Amino acid sequence: MSEFAPICIYLVISPLVSLIPLGLPFPFASNSATYPEKLSAYECGFDPSGDARSRFDIRFYLVSILFIILDPEVTFSFPWAVPLNKIDLFGSWSMMAFLLILTIGFLYEWKRGASDRE
Amino acid sequence: MIIDTSQVQDINSFSRLEFLKEFYGILWVLVPILTTVLGITIGVLVIVWLEREISAGIQQRIGPEYAGPLGVLQALADGTKLLFKENLLPSRGDTRLFSMGPSIAVISILLSYSVIPFGYRLVLADLPIGVFLWIAISSVAPIGLLMSGYGSNNKYSFLGGLRAAAQSISYEIPLTLCVLSISLLSNSSSTVDIVEAQSKYGFWGWNLWRQPIGFVIFLISSLAECERLPFDLPEAEEELVAGYQTEYSGIKFGLFYVASYLNLLVSSLFVTVLYLGGWDISIPYILGYELFEINKVYEVFGMTISIFITLAKTYLFLFISIATRWTLPRLRIDQLLNLGWKFLLPISLGNLLLTTSFQLFSL
Repeated sequence: MSEFAPICIYLVISPLVSLIPLGLPFPFASNSATYPEKLSAYECGFDPSGDARSRFDIRFYLVSILFIILDPEVTFSFPWAVPLNKIDLFGSWSMMAFLLILTIGFLYEWKRGASDRE
Repeated sequence: MIIDTSQVQDINSFSRLEFLKEFYGILWVLVPILTTVLGITIGVLVIVWLEREISAGIQQRIGPEYAGPLGVLQALADGTKLLFKENLLPSRGDTRLFSMGPSIAVISILLSYSVIPFGYRLVLADLPIGVFLWIAISSVAPIGLLMSGYGSNNKYSFLGGLRAAAQSISYEIPLTLCVLSISLLSNSSSTVDIVEAQSKYGFWGWNLWRQPIGFVIFLISSLAECERLPFDLPEAEEELVAGYQTEYSGIKFGLFYVASYLNLLVSSLFVTVLYLGGWDISIPYILGYELFEINKVYEVFGMTISIFITLAKTYLFLFISIATRWTLPRLRIDQLLNLGWKFLLPISLGNLLLTTSFQLFSL
């Protein structure tokens, strides 16, 4: 586990790298006199109409659901790919079966038009 | 059992010595980390300057010229100016999400530098799961963008954040499949092993020749992950003002730029490591490292040369992605997602199957 020690230390240092610039401007870049329009959301210079957190397109959800299906597939393939010369043909063909099932699912999703825009 | 005082003192001094050893160990770990962070910061400044100079050259302008010789200090001057700017928080937004968003984007990208080998032993952590760590960590960055888009409570920002997340998760899968084919070829996920697997035949041993399809897919997907111009939908000025950055001011705005250039640098470094033989000299019949390991002086010399070679290959790719920015027009969001899901994903899956069958055939 000792090879992970630099990563753990780096995990502490890299937040510092991004937090120091965030904290540095506080002494001299404080808020001057503000008025409501200055802090309102920017929409072409008019008062913002309505809340931004309203409905949005369902297809963004579909993309993330597709990602959740395919990403574990790729993640689980890594332990299979690295020792491929040590597992025999059975190991590789069982992975092919797994990929085949996923491909069928992907083709079904494609035919149903889940990844179509418009 | 009776232990006399001298023995106790011995034990105490021994444990203190052990403690000191551990302390110095930690201190010695800090040195390469701080060097890397400093190097990365200078690298980002250089990329900003290069981008402005190359853009100016392509558009037949002069570009930055006043700050320092040839304008090399321009990026530093801009950064200092951003530090002194007022820090605005939108009145109806979520302050915590708004402030944490840019930091998360920067931290996650900064972490992936820990597995990049700059030379033979010049890597922060030679993990057996090196490239996998990069893939896992780089998927955290869109969360930061999504947080900043949602926390701004602005319609442009919200849409920009959504687009950023959708885009980077769509191109994550072809990218990962390409990396998977590479680790299949090298029988390892460690970045050092991947480079060493390519170092046998010099120039001809590069993964570029064994994985040409994977190389093109990797290049396109990494451009999309960096939100560079043919794929810069999240911050398309004409439609979304500036996307998720619209409400930001001061150094938080600057942090987004730092994150995007860090991402560009890390992608180019990974192209170099995965496909172009990393630090290797890559000229056949010149045995680089056997020559240099004669004594200490040559070792330092070899290290310098390997860093230089890595950076030369990396900056070649940076130049390509900067030139692409001024060559190709922007895609539409539906074209972008179709390219990812209906073109790159099937092709990269086919590439993986091809690689697997070749590997099985050669067993």
